[in-house]
Amino acid sequence: MFREITLGQYYPTDSILHKLDPRVKFIGTIAFIIALFLIKGPVGYGFATVVLVILIKLSKVPFRFMVKGMKAIAVILVITMLFNMFLTPGEPIFSFWILTLTKEGLATAVRMAVRLIYLVIGSSIMTLTTTPNQLTDGMETLFSPLKKLHVPVHEISMMMSIALRFIPILMEETDKIMKAQIARGADFESGNFITRIKSMIPLLVPLFVSAFRRANDLAMAMEARCYHGGEGRTQMKPLIYAGRDRTAYFLIVLFFAACIVLGILGI
Amino acid sequence: MLIELKDVSYIYSKDTVYEVRALDHVDLAIEEGQFIGIIGHTGSGKSTLIQHMNGLMKPTEGRVLFEGQDIWAEKYNLKNLRTSVGLVFQYPENQLFETDVITDVMFGPKNKGLPEAEARARAEEALKSVGIPEKSFTTSPFEHSGGQKRRIAIAGVLAMDPKVLILDEPTAGLDPQGRDEILGEIRKLHRERGITIILVTHSMEDVAEYAERLIVVNDGKIPFDGTPKEVFSHYKELEKMGLAAPEITYVMHELRDRGFPVDVTASTVEEAKESILRDLKGGVRRV
Repeated sequence: MFREITLGQYYPTDSILHKLDPRVKFIGTIAFIIALFLIKGPVGYGFATVVLVILIKLSKVPFRFMVKGMKAIAVILVITMLFNMFLTPGEPIFSFWILTLTKEGLATAVRMAVRLIYLVIGSSIMTLTTTPNQLTDGMETLFSPLKKLHVPVHEISMMMSIALRFIPILMEETDKIMKAQIARGADFESGNFITRIKSMIPLLVPLFVSAFRRANDLAMAMEARCYHGGEGRTQMKPLIYAGRDRTAYFLIVLFFAACIVLGILGI
Repeated sequence: MLIELKDVSYIYSKDTVYEVRALDHVDLAIEEGQFIGIIGHTGSGKSTLIQHMNGLMKPTEGRVLFEGQDIWAEKYNLKNLRTSVGLVFQYPENQLFETDVITDVMFGPKNKGLPEAEARARAEEALKSVGIPEKSFTTSPFEHSGGQKRRIAIAGVLAMDPKVLILDEPTAGLDPQGRDEILGEIRKLHRERGITIILVTHSMEDVAEYAERLIVVNDGKIPFDGTPKEVFSHYKELEKMGLAAPEITYVMHELRDRGFPVDVTASTVEEAKESILRDLKGGVRRV
């Protein structure tokens, strides 16, 4: 029942995007997201769409996996669209009660929706083609200059790796406990809001107990292996840029520059 | 017939790269009052199999019947089914959540819709039948030892008064004494209350000792289904599946190979002892 969330779920296959260095993909995703907010007109959006379609094709990940991630933001999407449609002042199209749909509002709503959807798909491409571990490795190297400013980069990335690593475990655990309680006649689906919240207690208490137990075990295991933080720590698979990564950087710069130009021109 | 699986298949993550066929056209019938052992190595599909028996998983193909009725028919009451087919998961102590033992055990009966007093009576009876002393009833379930917690969790399922009790490796991680005690209590439930027991385990010794019927699961199929003696006679095939016969079976085969005419179908130490003694007393010497 929790298998539907794809945001942050790796899809193992063999594609050029899977082989890229995680740092490239991370910077590329950031560039893509910023670019989405630079472009303004139909030409810009058309350009972004073409780039996105090419990326989806390159990733070899079935498109429905990216659409699945969209379900998570469906509610936010609808709310943003409604607010934009009815609360933007401008030329009215029709009025209903105290709400007025404006032309400008409709345009903004569509733009926001496209931005949000592209944003989710764009970041899904990164998370679907990169394992969580690669991703945190990449971020650690990218942010390592901040160590000079006494930012605990290694510790943060270690915490992120652990958090990411535990998401599937805790989900599985939730699934198991839920099933065990359903087997004892628990009902998680019917009843009003209050009864539903109450019915969560048999799920949440065991989940917390197990999360604390796991955290304890992990801390002990790390200590037993003399873990002492980032100082002097080496990696089993250090990240090294290959030729294709340099090509990818070049394409990202090109894409970003094009988006800036399109944004300034306003088309 | 109590539970019937007809041509049941189950596929995990259908239509993705993660697709796994966990059950492959399984036909199975479970009669009332049996003590059944299910064995299979990790990932063979045995957990998936037992979750089909109380409607926690819906077969991708095929039908599941309980007392002759299709449990996935439109108006079938799955909640009732789950109280009739009690399922104790692996490490059931992880599902405890209440502030005291008795309230935790009452969770099942109360969900069944029983009034407070009756739920309490059921819970007390269930706790006693798994050997939890009365003075522990009002203590926190979390302050007990692993073995005790597991008993409390089993009582939580037992208190719903199920016709069938399915236990998924109830002895995993327990010391030998705790293991014998829990299995002894399960046998008592079977003998005294006539509850049908389905025991999933890795221990060949346990199934040889307790089960009257043994079902082997391998790769989502059921290659062997019979009395433990029949199944263990295929010990060479079992080994190919990553399983084995009880150790004593090997001892008996070795003895036979060295010329002692002992009974190689002996699957418990007790049976083996008798067979060897009979052989020695009979004065049969090496041939």
